[in-house]
Amino acid sequence: MWKWLHPYAKTERTYHLCQSLLPWFSLLGLLVIVVATVWGLAFAPTDYQQSEAYRIIYVHVPSAVLSKSLYSAMAIAGFVGLVWQVKTSFMAMVALAPIGATVTFVSLITGAAWGKPMWGTWWEWDARLTSQLILLFLFLGVISLYKAFEDKQQAGKAAGVMALVGVINLPIIHYSVEWWNTLHQGATIMKFDKPSMPAEMLWPLLLAILGWALVSGAIFLIRMQNEIIRREIKRPWVVELAIKNASASKGK
Amino acid sequence: MAALMAILKRDLALAYRQRAELLQPMMFFVLVISLFPLAVGPESNTLQVIGPGVIWVAAILSSLLGLERLFRDDFQDGSLEQLMLSTTPLAMAALIKVLAHWLTSILPLILLSPLLALFLHLSEPMYWALLKTLLLGTPILSLIGAIAVGLTVGLNRGGVLLALLLLPVFIPLLIFATSAVESASMQLQYTAQLAIIGAMFLFSLALAPFAIAYALRVSQT
Amino acid sequence: MMHFEDFSSFLDMGGYGLYVWLSFGVTALSLLILWLDSIFSKRSLMSQVLSEQARQARIKAATEKSVKGDSV
Repeated sequence: MWKWLHPYAKTERTYHLCQSLLPWFSLLGLLVIVVATVWGLAFAPTDYQQSEAYRIIYVHVPSAVLSKSLYSAMAIAGFVGLVWQVKTSFMAMVALAPIGATVTFVSLITGAAWGKPMWGTWWEWDARLTSQLILLFLFLGVISLYKAFEDKQQAGKAAGVMALVGVINLPIIHYSVEWWNTLHQGATIMKFDKPSMPAEMLWPLLLAILGWALVSGAIFLIRMQNEIIRREIKRPWVVELAIKNASASKGK
Repeated sequence: MAALMAILKRDLALAYRQRAELLQPMMFFVLVISLFPLAVGPESNTLQVIGPGVIWVAAILSSLLGLERLFRDDFQDGSLEQLMLSTTPLAMAALIKVLAHWLTSILPLILLSPLLALFLHLSEPMYWALLKTLLLGTPILSLIGAIAVGLTVGLNRGGVLLALLLLPVFIPLLIFATSAVESASMQLQYTAQLAIIGAMFLFSLALAPFAIAYALRVSQT
Repeated sequence: MMHFEDFSSFLDMGGYGLYVWLSFGVTALSLLILWLDSIFSKRSLMSQVLSEQARQARIKAATEKSVKGDSV
């Protein structure tokens, strides 16, 4: 683990790795997400129960899937940073947090917009929506704890501990909310049951998840670079890089 | 062991001298709960339905108020740094400090709970269930809360941040505790909920001291 | 095969147009804001690096000057 990670503990090397991965992630991500969205919106067949409203699935499910993966990724980054004292790992954690919060927010809004035609209300205390809401609070907690510290080294460690506390709690929260929901569930609530999705609906969904993952990856790479520059603002290689960038943009 | 006993005695003595400050969360607890009958109306049926939830939410909020005291003074006067340099394992010392805190600022809240159960017209089985969940559940508040206090002790404006960090984490506890009381109100068994709360308590008892010790080390640098 | 017959039925989404387009709109907007924020903060960081560098150079020049002034 250490041997594999060691080269990327050097910030300069990580910065250039991000730079070389960025075009791939951005272009491929944009392509896949556009194809999946157009496919899902215009070409996929309609659902016999929910008619066209089910098309919200092509943004709701990818954002919900991504939100949980991003929280886990953030917590893993925090764990690696705490255990192996890798500075870049904390930077990755900080870069992931706002992406995760945005994606969770999107899953909440789309969940509400789906709930209105299906349940008749914008907000239903449904188990999944409720745990997404709590997940959003956990993301915001980690972000605001990080922002509260002046010393960013300390901030990384503190936010890492909080992310780990959150990730241990996440299954408990999920389980408890699910259980609470079955206790209090009224008879009127309609559940989405999708026993088996036909392939023409499933393919664009899988593609959309892939596209979202790639786009989040691209944004992560940019934010990771930002974190590196922010922390190493006086290092000679950063200065050189900035001068090179400035002259390149003048040349255009 | 002697060192740990000394820490416990010292913390209890300090708390005794700061009685006035300890009373504030208790007053807050009683006040918040007496607001509810005024806001929702005094019908005993309504109060009975919302009672367990109200008492638990108020208990969580008032424990948050007192939580900051846990390491603040020791951090400011440097005795926390001395504790880290001493041979006593920091995790054990932190656990003892959490115990002292629980005894001085949470236990009084639990002792007040019969009065509040009267305020909210809780039935007798409901009250016993509430008492059991409070006894098992509030140590979790102190243990997990202490991690966040350890992390934010170096910040000047930690108060609201502390609530923001901790409230989402306390949600499972709130769910299981209130549901235990609700089951009791319907004359149902609630050992399952108590067992889950007990499991959460043991789990946090095993892990939290190390997290608190780490958090304090992060804050001290 | 396109599922909708014409563009207006595509916009209508079987009567659920508001909800579907609201979802997709909010999603696109949020991702766009996040992306723009990342890009712009990168740009401002780069210019911060340069201004920090210029400041350091000025400080260096000023101290050299004052040292020379003292020796003369």
